[in-house]
Amino acid sequence: MNIIKIKKGVLSMPLFKLPGAHVPHHKNTASKQAVKMPVPKEIIMQMNMHIGAFAQPIVNVGDHVLVGQKIAQAGGYISAPVHCSVSGVVKKIDTVLESDGTHVPAIFIETDGMQEISDEVQPIKVDSYEDFVEAIKNSGIVGLGGAGFPTYVKFAIKDLSQVEAVVINAAECEPYITSDTRTMIDHLFELEEGVKLLEKFLGAKRIIFGIENNKKEAIDALSKTFKDDQKVEIKVLPALYPQGGEKVLIYNTTKRIVPEGKLPLDVGVVIINVTTLAWIARYIKTGMPLVEKVVTVDGSCVANPQNVIVPIGTKIKDVFDFCGGFKEMPYKVMYGGPMMGVALPNLDLPITKRTNAILAFNQKEATVPEPSNCINCGRCINHCPLHLDPPAFAKALDLNRPEELVKLKVNLCMECGVCSFVCPAKRPLVQKNRLAKATLKKYLAEQKKKEEGKQNENK
Amino acid sequence: MTKNTRYYVFTDSNGKQKKVKVSHLDSNANSINVKGKVQPITVTEAGTNDLIVSSSPHVWSKTTTSKIMLDVLIALLPAAFASVVLFGLQAFILIVSCVASAILAEWIFQALCKQKVTISDLSAAVTGLLLALNLPASVPWWQGVIGSIIAVVVVKGLFGGIGKNFANPAITARVIMLLAFSATVGAAVQPSIVDATSTATPLYILKENYGILPSLFEMFVGLRGGAIGETCAIALLIGGIYLMARKVITWHTPVIFVGTVFILMLILNGNVEVALYEILSGGLLIGAIFMATDYATTPTRAWGKVIFAIGCAIITVAIRMWGSYPEGVSFSILFMNILTPYIDRLTRKKPFGGVR
Ligand code: SF4
Ligand code: SF4
Repeated sequence: MNIIKIKKGVLSMPLFKLPGAHVPHHKNTASKQAVKMPVPKEIIMQMNMHIGAFAQPIVNVGDHVLVGQKIAQAGGYISAPVHCSVSGVVKKIDTVLESDGTHVPAIFIETDGMQEISDEVQPIKVDSYEDFVEAIKNSGIVGLGGAGFPTYVKFAIKDLSQVEAVVINAAECEPYITSDTRTMIDHLFELEEGVKLLEKFLGAKRIIFGIENNKKEAIDALSKTFKDDQKVEIKVLPALYPQGGEKVLIYNTTKRIVPEGKLPLDVGVVIINVTTLAWIARYIKTGMPLVEKVVTVDGSCVANPQNVIVPIGTKIKDVFDFCGGFKEMPYKVMYGGPMMGVALPNLDLPITKRTNAILAFNQKEATVPEPSNCINCGRCINHCPLHLDPPAFAKALDLNRPEELVKLKVNLCMECGVCSFVCPAKRPLVQKNRLAKATLKKYLAEQKKKEEGKQNENK
Repeated sequence: MTKNTRYYVFTDSNGKQKKVKVSHLDSNANSINVKGKVQPITVTEAGTNDLIVSSSPHVWSKTTTSKIMLDVLIALLPAAFASVVLFGLQAFILIVSCVASAILAEWIFQALCKQKVTISDLSAAVTGLLLALNLPASVPWWQGVIGSIIAVVVVKGLFGGIGKNFANPAITARVIMLLAFSATVGAAVQPSIVDATSTATPLYILKENYGILPSLFEMFVGLRGGAIGETCAIALLIGGIYLMARKVITWHTPVIFVGTVFILMLILNGNVEVALYEILSGGLLIGAIFMATDYATTPTRAWGKVIFAIGCAIITVAIRMWGSYPEGVSFSILFMNILTPYIDRLTRKKPFGGVR
């Protein structure tokens, strides 16, 4: 094993250094072991806990369901099945209103507190690469870092010789969140097995952990475990947000640049979140699909900030209550970290597969600052990790020039939040970027339609 | 503590923040565990609590426009202090009248135009102070007031306020004043603590090769003729270092601007001493540190700043060597201000992973 420490500003191969922002860490919960919370009275299993097609329920109202039982099947190629996290009775199959205003189907289950485990849960026999991918597919595991992309799709690789390196994303660059850190410490043995699986089935030549230097305990644990593994490298990177951004981490660990519209695999890299890997190993060993998550519960309003092992589908209200409730009235509650997290309209929404943190902010923190004129200071431009130009997006959008947006590559923006964070005028740049992306999408669709129309005329 | 309604906070296309009452987002949560006690939430018509739903990110850096401007003011303090020491009461009166009138002018202008009054961002104070420091002690206070009004209202306000002006307000106002009040603004006043009979500035002496130059040390501490804030090199350098330490400006513009002037003068005159005199005289230091680093009117990226600084240096040297004015810093910065949008476009970085 190699530990490679990358000092700030001096990268091993000085092509260029990607900028970023020094966000406050707030990793208050990193040192406490995660605690398991009791089973709540009711859980809500959303059908969109992944990117892609909704899962299709395969249970009916009134059915008795058990822990680990498949209750919904994948709704397409890019989709994932859903497994029950509790034992109980299906109360209703209805919709949930998400904070973006969309209704998504969900299965509501009343729990019986018995936590009986389904017969379906049996250790998985994996002999070949195909078995491995099939196992991940059945496990319902999705990108647990927050992206929610069905993991098996990433591993469904036609030509395995393409894979030169597997990058394990352990950066966890978002403020507050420590659930990946806890996984690395508490579930180290599963991680070890996961790495072995990768070596065995993917034939990866290099396995690189990308981790920020503010996680000493996890780095120590990893280096001890993988001491004798020649293939494993641990890259200790400066804590510079967004270190865990896919393209950023691939560049910082392998010096490869994923071009626009291409996948990491096209540059020989498979990237996977560290918790996702641990959960894959756990599934293959025990057969228990993805039914619980380590969730960081933090923020100024939470009485006892800590990491909680939560059955998926638990309402966030129950999770906050388990952590002693609120110290003061929350004014903003969100899924995920404060840089990319989604603010929630109420406390009844459930923990999903991709939730790695829930935060509650008090009035002071929750207040959105008033934006003022752009002073052209260039902070957003010089801090954007992808070298984009957010004020130019805004200008092109206001002048309604979508062709300009194409040239400025607004579609590359990963909405990491750095530009808004650093802006002294507190301009809502990320929001504008999203709007610009949506506008561009619409424009391109219209262009395509026009062209098709022309072609039809020609025929 | 709780309000009755939940708001959806968003920003419209004009960048204005709006709060909209939400009643369609329903929730069954009508109690909430606060301080260990279950307390009822103030229930609205729709039965909601009051959580703010806004776009990510949900945290912001502590840097704000007014903090940046405060840093610039702090960085200008040594120069302002030096000007009062060197030029006495007249300098003090000029500074106070320029700063006060700049702030007042912005307030009145924005109130009349029914805009949001932004004097608290301190940018008007910075403009007023910079203008005052760029005027000689011979300027009466009322001319300073007129200059401030031009800078804040005409050059900045009419173009849409902070960040939207294309030319540096203080420099533009000074150039206009030079044309309108050439007798006072163009005069070369010696510091009141120097009892010299000559009223020529070192630049004039250098150019015409006539008169007695102050020593380099005198140049460095500001014992020479010129505008009240431009003469004390050491005070300006302290301000510049402070701004760089606070990451308000980068080193590129000042170092390359001054460095290029030094090198060009060395080549053209073949004399280190003359080159040193050149960089210590006129408004070069105050211009390079405080004017050529103005956010709104100079390029944003490092390479852009390099181009900008070299351009300023070449024009400054050309005017000083061959122009009819002894000083060219203001003109050079003004000219490069106009080129800034083009430099910015030229130096735009290739998006990471972007395919052209
Ligand atoms: S949100 Fe987009 S534009 Fe802003 S810093 Fe991140 S990638 Fe760059
Ligand atoms: S950071 Fe804000 S003020 Fe500075 S250039 Fe970007 S949008 Fe303008």
